Amino acid sequence: MPGKLKAKIVAGRHLPVMDRASDLTDAFVEVKFGNTTFKTDVFPKSLNPQWNSEWFKFEVDDEDLQDEPLQITVLDHDTYSANDAIGKVYIDIDPLLSCEAATVISGWFPIYDTIHGIRGEINVLVKVDLFNDLNRFRQSSCGVKFFCTTSIPRCYRVALVHGFVEELVVNEDPEYQWIDRIRTPRASNEARQRLISLMSGELQRKIGLKVLEMGGNAVVGYLQCFDLEGESGLVVRAIGTACTLDKLSPGTAPNTTTHTNTHTLPNTAPASNACNSPSKDSKEPVFSEDPPHPLSGPPTPLRTLPSSSPPPFSPSKPCSRQSSSSDTDLSLTPRIGKTSPPSSPSPPLSAPFLIPSQKLTEFPIFTLTCFPPGFLVHVGGVVSTRSVKLLDRIHNPDEPETRDAWWEEIRQEIKSHAKALGCHAVVGYSESTSICEEVCILSASGTAAMLNPRFMREGCLDTGGSDHRFEDASPPSCGFVHIPYDEFNMPFPAQLTYCYHCRRQKVPDVLFTTIDLPAEAEVTGKGCLIQARLCRTKKKAQGEVNATSISNLLPFMEYELHTQLMNKLKLRSMNALFGLRIQISVGENMLLGLASATGVYLSALPAPGGIQIAGKTPSDLSYDQHISTMQKRIDDTIAKNKELYNIHPPECIEEVVGSPIPDRQRSSRLFRSTSESSDELSELDLSHGKKDAFVLEIDDTDAVEDIQSLLTDAPIPAGFYSCNTEVMPGIYNWTSGLQMFTSVRVYRLSNANLTNQGLNKIFTDLCENLLKSLYFKLRSMIPCCLCHLNFTVAVPEEELIQVRGHTYLSTPLQSWSGENEEQLQFSMELCGESTISNNQPTAKPSAPSVDYGSFADRCSTWLELLRLKAHTIRRGSVKTISSSERCSPLPEGRSRSLRSTRSLPCGAPVTVVKMTPLSFLPGTRIVKYLGIINMFFIRETTSLREEGGVSGFLHSFIAEVFAMVRAHVAALGGNALVSYSMKECVFMENPNKNQAQCLINVSGDAVIFIRESDQEAIPPLLSSRQTSSTGADGTT
Amino acid sequence: MSMELDVFVGNTTIMDMEVYQLWLDGLTVSDAVKVRMDEGALLECEANAEVLTSDTMDQFRTFQMCERLLHSPTKLGSQLLYQIPAQNQRILIERYYEFDSVFAREVLGKKLSKGTKKDLDDISCKTGITLKSCRRQFDNFKRVFKVVEELKGPLVENIQRHFLLSDTLARDYAAIVFFANSRFETGKRKLQYLSFQDFAFCAGQLISYWTVGAVDSMMEDMDVDLEKEFLHELKDLKVLVNDKDMMDQHKILVCAALRGKIKVYKLMEVNFKNLSRALINLASKLTHTKDVRDLFIDLVEKFIEPCRYDRWTVAEITLFLTHYTNAAHCLGTFRYQMIWDRYMGVIKSCILQMYHE
Repeated sequence: MPGKLKAKIVAGRHLPVMDRASDLTDAFVEVKFGNTTFKTDVFPKSLNPQWNSEWFKFEVDDEDLQDEPLQITVLDHDTYSANDAIGKVYIDIDPLLSCEAATVISGWFPIYDTIHGIRGEINVLVKVDLFNDLNRFRQSSCGVKFFCTTSIPRCYRVALVHGFVEELVVNEDPEYQWIDRIRTPRASNEARQRLISLMSGELQRKIGLKVLEMGGNAVVGYLQCFDLEGESGLVVRAIGTACTLDKLSPGTAPNTTTHTNTHTLPNTAPASNACNSPSKDSKEPVFSEDPPHPLSGPPTPLRTLPSSSPPPFSPSKPCSRQSSSSDTDLSLTPRIGKTSPPSSPSPPLSAPFLIPSQKLTEFPIFTLTCFPPGFLVHVGGVVSTRSVKLLDRIHNPDEPETRDAWWEEIRQEIKSHAKALGCHAVVGYSESTSICEEVCILSASGTAAMLNPRFMREGCLDTGGSDHRFEDASPPSCGFVHIPYDEFNMPFPAQLTYCYHCRRQKVPDVLFTTIDLPAEAEVTGKGCLIQARLCRTKKKAQGEVNATSISNLLPFMEYELHTQLMNKLKLRSMNALFGLRIQISVGENMLLGLASATGVYLSALPAPGGIQIAGKTPSDLSYDQHISTMQKRIDDTIAKNKELYNIHPPECIEEVVGSPIPDRQRSSRLFRSTSESSDELSELDLSHGKKDAFVLEIDDTDAVEDIQSLLTDAPIPAGFYSCNTEVMPGIYNWTSGLQMFTSVRVYRLSNANLTNQGLNKIFTDLCENLLKSLYFKLRSMIPCCLCHLNFTVAVPEEELIQVRGHTYLSTPLQSWSGENEEQLQFSMELCGESTISNNQPTAKPSAPSVDYGSFADRCSTWLELLRLKAHTIRRGSVKTISSSERCSPLPEGRSRSLRSTRSLPCGAPVTVVKMTPLSFLPGTRIVKYLGIINMFFIRETTSLREEGGVSGFLHSFIAEVFAMVRAHVAALGGNALVSYSMKECVFMENPNKNQAQCLINVSGDAVIFIRESDQEAIPPLLSSRQTSSTGADGTT
Repeated sequence: MSMELDVFVGNTTIMDMEVYQLWLDGLTVSDAVKVRMDEGALLECEANAEVLTSDTMDQFRTFQMCERLLHSPTKLGSQLLYQIPAQNQRILIERYYEFDSVFAREVLGKKLSKGTKKDLDDISCKTGITLKSCRRQFDNFKRVFKVVEELKGPLVENIQRHFLLSDTLARDYAAIVFFANSRFETGKRKLQYLSFQDFAFCAGQLISYWTVGAVDSMMEDMDVDLEKEFLHELKDLKVLVNDKDMMDQHKILVCAALRGKIKVYKLMEVNFKNLSRALINLASKLTHTKDVRDLFIDLVEKFIEPCRYDRWTVAEITLFLTHYTNAAHCLGTFRYQMIWDRYMGVIKSCILQMYHE
């Protein structure tokens, strides 16, 4: 019972005309929560009604508060016939349940109708009075904070990282229920929207419970996904990282800005400033069931689960809705601190920098991609797993064990891969699915890493304290590239050299990761986006045959994508990939693969060699000539790219690297899935075996393709930079005037009988053209950087290709643009979705009820690793200050960060709401997180042509979604949405019937930010002192 | 392979103002692409025709979707659908309501009705402005007219308040509304040489001095109509031509002032009575709606054409009208100074604007 929800309907504006006779509307409002409904009076004959209603009060369980949205329906009163609905507003109450987030929701919301779109606006006030509930057996988890951000949120300090949390809820999709045949499309859409809203509320609540049980108070890197399995049902699943976060007091706040400051100042001694003590007022969530754990207390993980503790929730919970969740052991396991000794409460400067992995009983998984300094000890490489499953109808929604077991298997496999790499953790972890009819590809990937165990123990972590350098064995900027595995027993062939930075530890020649570039990493030159695209045809098939053929194709696709990435990396003279994201989408007769990553030249790794082309039969003279021209073109491109990306590693005298390991001793063992079906794949050598990885044999058709794709990659126009990570490696100045765009494209393949190569070409052109279009549209903004550039591929309908994009960029500040135009940074996310659709919605008479999971055709888990390079151009690079850029003074706005949080602009009406896929807004400081925004919309039309065709329809729908997101952020008192992502954009059309339908799911964190330039009021003396100290912090 | 769907949506709606102009000009997407190619858009960013087409389509669609909001510009600021920076909102509105003066000249004084709308094809052919653009401009006129027609208070301010236009543009619209309301004759062949700006200037004069609002801004009535009472009082000015003594006296005073100062003195002396009679008769007739409508044609026929025939210069006309107006003050028996000044002030500036040498 512990909650009272209060809502007040103030006014409406711009309502549509509902009465043709008077050209006016007699509007009233229904406010519904759970099963209770209130109504306002009818405000007659007005398009701008002023209801000014009383406070409608709902007395409800906090459990319902978490699950249910507040539903506001605006109707037109009609004396003689039924009242017409104008539209609805769903308001998620969750942000009001955390004491640290928003306190009131107040503002104008667009009134949304799934058929007509936005129809006017309504002004609403919502408040919640929450009573504290200390019941151990409660079902709610109010107070647990959720963040989509995959790094530690800016105004928090992480006290403890508990580890992985996951949950999964399944239900029947209302669209596929029998009742859907007799109800209107509107009713069906609203039922779906409501169900998904309920399911995600429930999911969040259950994850919250798990977090509370682990002793945490927040979930960071919360990633929620929908699997629209069609007839099989609807799955909502989420993963995240449980943490204990402390809010930074205003005094320590300046330190948080060092996080935005992603560059390093080499050779600057770590500053031992006064801010390193943990903030004193570490706030505990009021509703936490655990007593606050004082900093000096015993390590929390040790006592979070007393054996007598009851199950997290009773299984006999009355199921008001047809959904339920499952629980796996996994979510409760990552108590890595179990066997490690409790740490001292004070910052353990003497903590062992690396605990032997055997001491760790569990392999934790983290969804974070950005870490506090010192968190990452070593990075092994990318680990990923894919699995093909056959979907069957979810017979009993209360038992989602099947789906759970699938994911459980995958996570175990990921962990075993990490272990094989000598790592005890997986970071930058994410999961995804691709569904076509009854076939489903489950994918998971992450980066194997060694973490500093200190972070898993009791709070001694200070994101700002740069003097918490935990080890002196390897200098801060290169430690993470050192190999975590045993060099004499390597899990795969790789060429090791001594670190080019510290000269003490071994490093691989190439490093692939899924995380963001660590702040401490030293980079030569600039980074750039690297994409590999691949399209493979397959035969149309059904059921198991289909699943088998897909799983047979997968490893080859992975291999080819990998080769492409590697070649493109070499072509740009780079040696590491960050933010690697590989998506494989399944269609009825083809598979699409798209890999995106940001290539950089890590100063600590050896310089990459060039690419050599070799012909197999060097008999013909013209043939030789052909090869040599190719070779020349490639060499030219490499040289040009070096110039373009400013990669000029200091050419040092060849240093004797103390002959690492004789070739013969190198283990060629490859780590891959050990599951049955993939055994035959283990012959496949991802690293090109003993052959030189960068010799391309021209006889090979694949190689011809490779070369073509290498050379046809259009160069980025001057003034543009792009990457798919949060920050652009090599460019450090950010401006605050940023923009975010979304772009969706659908192509129709004219010819179904295309070859692999033809398809490849088309697919590549699609991606290239989308990029070109973006460059062209943003041409007035140069110099700019397109950040967070991610493509997603999916395959919805036959012979259709769909591309979706998000763009985020900033406009330069005048004063900066003059000085160093190269350093201006724009960011953009491009999230292309390319969909070649082959699955006609042919209704299957009965779904096969075979549990395909049992003989799971496991495919290809590929360890994407440090790669072998046969002929190395040995180039020592004594790391000195290599780039003057890096030493350039900080932009003054950023350094001046001392500011009290009192000057929040919360009260003022916020008109402009920024949206960004990044976790921060360059040039600004986030002062408050207001809660997570997670919205799902459906839009349908039966007058497609009248709405401007598919483009017009989708254009207005996306604009509407943005508008609704902005309205919700503004109503919470925020002025920006960070970590924005459009996770789902499913578009279906039937031009013959003049119909179309689209589903969009968006999420992000609502925040309040202030511009750093607003902070000019600081006395000069103080600010200069601050500048120096934060500047030093930047080295972290 | 063909593009089925192609959209580009920003959190902040970004618009290329050059493309906006092409859209406003009523070009089709393919024509606009051609124009942009000719302007060298392809040279930027290694664009190709496909990219350019896609961009143009996107932009055109965006404008089309915003058009609904531009019809009531005050909504543009409060709506939530498109996040458009205030600066861009102003430009969007201003450009949308800008019109071709050639087009406005054609429509000026006509009833803004469906009938006129049907004639738009002819106007389009005649002016070379696309029919789409003509329609937009015509609809803008009509929309502004409908909104401010019944409103009280100053016309220009009303237009500015409801359509958020700049001062200059609002004044032009005031002229259009004023002409449409009073249905002034502007289409006669003899008036063809006058531009929209000439008429707009005259309208401004009439609005400022001859309407009810001109006398008392607190008045309940509107700016759109000429003040009936004033028009009625103009009849009293007839005394200047009817009273022979007064007319002679008037002539003597004017001639004395102008002697040696203008080249056309001789002709002026001869024509004085005709000119004076023309102006005074014009004044006295204005009580009839028909004659109000013919105000400009009368001015041209009765005054401007005779002067032009005699090759008066603008400076000479200025001198003449100044002294003609002032001299009346010196007539001892002339009692209608106030009305005289109010009448002659407007007539003088209109004539000067309309007199093209």
